[in-house]
Amino acid sequence: MSDHNYVPSTKLGKWFNDRLPLLSLSEHLREYPTPKNLNYWWTFGGILTFCLIAQIVTGIVLAMHYVAQADLAFESVEHIMRDVNYGWLIRYIHANGSSMFFLAVYIHIFRSLYYGSHKSPREVIWILGMMIYFLMMMTAFMGYVLPWGQMSFWAATVITNLFSAVPLIGESITNWLWGGFAVDSPTLTRFYALHFLFPFLILGLVILHIWALHIPGNNNPVGIDVKKPSKDTVPFHPYIVIKDLFALLVFLTLFAFFVFYSPNLLGHPDNYIEANPLVTPTHIVPEWYLLPFYAILRSIPDKLLGVVAMFASIFVLVILPWLDTSKIRSAVFRPLYKQFYWILVLDVLVLGYMGALPPEGIYLLIARIATAYYFIHFLVILPVLGFKEKTIPLPLSISEPVLNESHEVVNNNKMSTE
Amino acid sequence: MSDPKKPKRRDFLFTASYTIGAVGVGAAVWPLIDQMNPDASVKALASTEVDISSVEPGKSITVLWRGKPVFIKRRTEEEIAEARAVKLDELKHPEKDEDRAKNPEWLVMLGICTHLGCVPLGDKGDYNGWFCPCHGSHYDTSGRIRKGPAPVNMEIPKYEFVNSNTIKIG
Repeated sequence: MSDHNYVPSTKLGKWFNDRLPLLSLSEHLREYPTPKNLNYWWTFGGILTFCLIAQIVTGIVLAMHYVAQADLAFESVEHIMRDVNYGWLIRYIHANGSSMFFLAVYIHIFRSLYYGSHKSPREVIWILGMMIYFLMMMTAFMGYVLPWGQMSFWAATVITNLFSAVPLIGESITNWLWGGFAVDSPTLTRFYALHFLFPFLILGLVILHIWALHIPGNNNPVGIDVKKPSKDTVPFHPYIVIKDLFALLVFLTLFAFFVFYSPNLLGHPDNYIEANPLVTPTHIVPEWYLLPFYAILRSIPDKLLGVVAMFASIFVLVILPWLDTSKIRSAVFRPLYKQFYWILVLDVLVLGYMGALPPEGIYLLIARIATAYYFIHFLVILPVLGFKEKTIPLPLSISEPVLNESHEVVNNNKMSTE
Repeated sequence: MSDPKKPKRRDFLFTASYTIGAVGVGAAVWPLIDQMNPDASVKALASTEVDISSVEPGKSITVLWRGKPVFIKRRTEEEIAEARAVKLDELKHPEKDEDRAKNPEWLVMLGICTHLGCVPLGDKGDYNGWFCPCHGSHYDTSGRIRKGPAPVNMEIPKYEFVNSNTIKIG
């Protein structure tokens, strides 16, 4: 960090900064050297920070009116929607906010995959990100249970039953999770407590994620190391702050469209029916952002192996920095990887679509092929590609593709031997 | 100097301290974990008595026991015959129908799919028994898994006939 010599301009500032260097931290965040070639796919970190804060603020407000008890939960949500001042707005922001949060996180993750942001020296940033993603899924799932509608109840039943696949102690685990012999009021109350807690754990991980990011600095679309600070970088403030704010405004336009014009488009109508333990809805689907994993779960005809495959599909992402053997980060210089990348994107979209359809006939077959391909991509294609692929020569610096139009082929051995 | 591989008095003290510390932490954490297990009020709802006098042959009723649905099905002659005709080696989870229904006319079982806990639909599926809409498990007229991802047959709870019109579950 280049701000070690920072000295506050006022006497009071200096006095305080000597005791707790918050002003040094703020100066570091202001002048943090950022590659000047970052594109708009890099604005989603800021958008995600906004999403987290928005969920925490609206969530705390909702908690002031919601009752986490099976006989009252459904009615208290309707009470929020009809009686509480602006309750409808706050709840719709919170409910659609989770979808927007996941939309942004998926773009953020796929941006990393495209530009190789998960590779050395950024593995820890990536793993922290995956922990955040996993906690987000748990938080979203438990939040979805709270309105205590039919989809809430049966989502809770199906997901907690995943643990019954554990040999020998499966039933003890599910009874422990439920606080009873089925999903019921004790389950709802503890999910509420954890749904309140987890966002703050996510916030802590986000701070570590950003801290880890500020050690090597941002990756960039060219994927080569930049010297910082240098002519390759710009200070975070005002350049990146303004760009992030502009992107946030565009994102908020989409967010506002959902909140004000189709607040229930991403939800399921069955969740406006109160939970009934005697009747399972004919077609249970999770929220859209969990569908690919749901498709993987259902595509395996064995209970335990289905659950194992679902968790494995997340775990392969965690160990991705070591599965992707290529030294070249950005897909721009990896012609084959670029194609496999887009096949993976398509594969995940197909999995998501199959997760929403009933698991039978041709849909089940497609889901099985897509599941197999998902694992082949990470466990076979990526490790092999690093050795087989003929990559395009890298530029010497990120300024070169901009300033030197002739694109002369430069000596790229330097990069690969580093 | 003494032999570095030979345990010293200090090593003994360290090991003893760690052990006692671990036991103490474990004892302190256990109540925090065990509080999540089913509590006394949940466990107290152990048994339910059900009046079955109004159930017609071929029909079934669903009652709630410990928060779980229980199917009480009055089977027809054909359904019983179908369940008993199945050879055990055709079954994924081999169980005789005679062992599942004490009184062949009445099948009492937890109406919970053993895959992920949905409530299967009656008189549906490829085996004229139950069909789970969630992930496509088919059960026969004895509630045994025949096709789909569920690993085992639907569970038979502990029950008894109090008299010819009343079943006590639990």
